[in-house]
Amino acid sequence: MVNIFSIPRINRRAWHVWRRNLTVFVKTWKVNFFPPFVEAFLYLLAIGVGIGTYVKEIDGVPYVNFIAPAILGIAVMNSAFFECTYGSYVRMYYQKSFDAIIATPLSIEDVIAGELLWGATKSVMYVVIMLGVLTLFGVMAFPTSLFVIPLAFIGGLLFAALAMCFTAITPSIDALNYPSFLFITPMSLFSGTFFPLTILPPIFSYVALALLPLTHIVAVFRMLTLPAFSWTMVFNLTWIVAVTLLLCVIAINLMRRRLIV
Amino acid sequence: MDSNNYSNKRGTYIPPVILAEGLKKSYGNIAAVDNINFAVQKGEIFGFLGPNGAGKTTTMKMIQCISPRSAGGLRVFDLDPDEYPDIIKHRIGVVPQETNLDPDFTCEGNLLMYARYFDIPKDIAKDRVKELLTFVSLSEKHDVSIEKLSGGMKRRLILARALINKPELLILDEPTIGLDPQARHLIWERLKLLQSQGNTIVLTTHYLDEAARLCDRLVIMDNGKILEEGTPSSLVSKHAGGEIVEVEKNNDVLECIRGMNVPFEETGDTVLISASDAHEIARQLLEKCRPKKMLTRPATLEDVFLKLTGRRLRD
Ligand SMILES: Nc1ncnc2c1ncn2[C@@H]1O[C@H](COP(=O)(O)OP(=O)(O)O)[C@@H](O)[C@H]1O
Ligand SMILES: [Mg+2]
Repeated sequence: MVNIFSIPRINRRAWHVWRRNLTVFVKTWKVNFFPPFVEAFLYLLAIGVGIGTYVKEIDGVPYVNFIAPAILGIAVMNSAFFECTYGSYVRMYYQKSFDAIIATPLSIEDVIAGELLWGATKSVMYVVIMLGVLTLFGVMAFPTSLFVIPLAFIGGLLFAALAMCFTAITPSIDALNYPSFLFITPMSLFSGTFFPLTILPPIFSYVALALLPLTHIVAVFRMLTLPAFSWTMVFNLTWIVAVTLLLCVIAINLMRRRLIV
Repeated sequence: MDSNNYSNKRGTYIPPVILAEGLKKSYGNIAAVDNINFAVQKGEIFGFLGPNGAGKTTTMKMIQCISPRSAGGLRVFDLDPDEYPDIIKHRIGVVPQETNLDPDFTCEGNLLMYARYFDIPKDIAKDRVKELLTFVSLSEKHDVSIEKLSGGMKRRLILARALINKPELLILDEPTIGLDPQARHLIWERLKLLQSQGNTIVLTTHYLDEAARLCDRLVIMDNGKILEEGTPSSLVSKHAGGEIVEVEKNNDVLECIRGMNVPFEETGDTVLISASDAHEIARQLLEKCRPKKMLTRPATLEDVFLKLTGRRLRD
């Protein structure tokens, strides 16, 4: 039995799996690029302009500018998480794609690594589109906001790995609704996204900083897009990188445990 | 024949393509494969015959390096699957029991994608895909999506996919399951052609005629164990005799046969007697008990199979 913390050996062939998913994505690019485009508009109009009419400023920052980085953070989370839960589950269970691929020189570790890289890539693509829309609204400061793009990759990898852990242990595709509704949806509300955590009792901030990855991602994005830097960024980034590495290792080992019997 | 110790003319040892010694696979308490020994030599078609749940697929998966063995020895190309899975997988082609073509791609797309997994350069892959689609008679379907293919076309495409890396060893797990006679014959023909080009082929099946027609040697498996090994004809003559007499069953006939002191087997409404001189037995039966229906026929692999694995229904 593999230890879930043992370091997997990954070959560069993992990129073939990434290429496979990219090829499918590009074939249907119209349906794929439209949602993030619309989503950025909707969030900004409904929450930014709508609520912003009443809530003019938070900590001296216009409300629209305050939530803009949160919109990006949530996009990072959702695109990678849903890709590596429902998307990966369909490829694994219904399409039997993983079985087909591991009959070639690729190992299951390579396949999962490729899926995680793909999840992260999807986050980057969504963030780039949304960044474009938000820039048109004049709520992104440049050039610092450009750093959001590489960070979207790391954040995407984090959520892809988190998702893959659930995919590895889920008994069915329906059971994936639990982490989606009980973990991801609350996280998009309670991670300092639409209001600062400081207005809640301190325990909320501690829990969010300890357990909710989105808190760290939104905090860093906000520092970059406003911009408003603070030394706490070092802490946020360290947390993100450490948890990403840990989750990637666990996700690959759990998947191996599920599929190699 | 001692198949484990082939030598060439100069007497140097040539290892078999696959060598299993005391090979075992357990899932919890179930021994799916229970201590089996076999050797597959270069250039032969080697069959695994057995009812559902015999352990055929499990054995194929261990050879393919996608399921680690629980105990015993296994070498493919004289390499250990646990240590060199990618080298072994580079040299084999697999037709899995379950059709797992990629529904997001066309026929051609499936093969091109597979070529990429084997690191085959694109221009070489394109030529090979064209050749292979012709080989399995699917050229006109090259840009058709997988959902629009019939079951037989899918199996043929999977065979083409298994050949994309020019494998030295081809592993086929029930290659013709659920196919019409035309498609089965096409696949058989192609496999014979591949063998004539020097490929080694391992296949599992529970179609007895398929095994008899294709295999140079085969093993009969049941409950994770190998019951018998040999050429199809040697197995038939060893276990089923030369011919079979089938007689309609009734009490008179049974009594009469018991009196004749020949081994027989009852199945449903028929009694089977295997004998080297079926006509003599038939003549005696006709004289003594006047059965309503009777026929004599040559023994087949099916008789051997049913004799060794029993007639109990499997899931
Ligand atoms: N992943 C698995 N987990 C538990 N039992 C399994 C698994 N795969 C196969 N088995 C069991 O192992 C036995 C052999 O199965 P299999 O190799 O698929 O047989 P065959 O291919 O000859 O029909 C069966 O009893 C089957 O239920
Ligand atoms: Mg099987």
